[in-house]
Amino acid sequence: MISDLISMNGYGAYVWTAFAFTLIGFSCLYFIIKVQLKKEQKRFEENFSMLTEEKYNVASNQDIYKEILKDLNAKI
Amino acid sequence: MFEYFNPYRIFKINSNLQKIVFFCFILVLSIGLIEALFLSPEDYLQKDSVRIMYVHVPAAWISLGIFSLIALLSVSIFLFKNKNLILISKSLAPSGMLFTLIALVTGSIWGKPTWGTWWAWDARITSMLILLILYILYLLTFRIFENEDKSNKISSIIAIFGAINIPIIKFSVDWWNTLHQPASINLTEKSAIHSSMLTPLMIMTAAFALFSFLIFLMKYNTELIKVKNKGLKRL
Repeated sequence: MISDLISMNGYGAYVWTAFAFTLIGFSCLYFIIKVQLKKEQKRFEENFSMLTEEKYNVASNQDIYKEILKDLNAKI
Repeated sequence: MFEYFNPYRIFKINSNLQKIVFFCFILVLSIGLIEALFLSPEDYLQKDSVRIMYVHVPAAWISLGIFSLIALLSVSIFLFKNKNLILISKSLAPSGMLFTLIALVTGSIWGKPTWGTWWAWDARITSMLILLILYILYLLTFRIFENEDKSNKISSIIAIFGAINIPIIKFSVDWWNTLHQPASINLTEKSAIHSSMLTPLMIMTAAFALFSFLIFLMKYNTELIKVKNKGLKRL
């Protein structure tokens, strides 16, 4: 029965390759975007920690910066 | 209206939504794969090779849908000069490009047992290849041009002019003699596909749509943080 599922009446190689290509494509894109996101988050953390006190206060009062930092589990 | 496209608002919703969308995607994809690979019947003519339809067709539909959306957003960018719309359309493009590639590759794999060839320069396949090139050009403009205004303008022009290709892809099977069969699913008429095949097709389409939404959410956050990183330097 398992060999029937794999062979699919002789079309198995085509069907499984098409599905495998799709799923590998999904995984690759997901991990590429994930890595890009982590890289930008890390860069943001570094830049934010290097701000002068005055600039830090200005940034800390902006909603979008608060939200990004909240997302990074960082404290303002 | 643009209050809804406020980056802060989108980022706030986006961060909470990613996990839910990821969970829904895995769930719907698992059901779709079981239906498509094991439960749906084989075709009387194409036998089991018809199962390739469950990845090929949703990928083609979504790639066309995403490009149409990017073209519409690009028109809005020219009309309203809203920079957040650029972030949205830029974040939509990677999944659109992947789905076009999947449609082409799985179509090629399906073509071998069905038509006896991996590739044919027929109208539908060639216009899909042009769509892939347009996606690549669209994404490359952001890398090639360092000037933000220039890259935004050129990418929008590519999307707007590239939109001409969308009706060509859709109606190519009606306008020219191609290897592709005419559309089996029509919004205004009764579907030519039996419900036992239509159900897995719709489930897989939902799974693919969820995946592109997930990638959009992640990419939007990435692009927004990138912009805010530059903003920190200008403070």
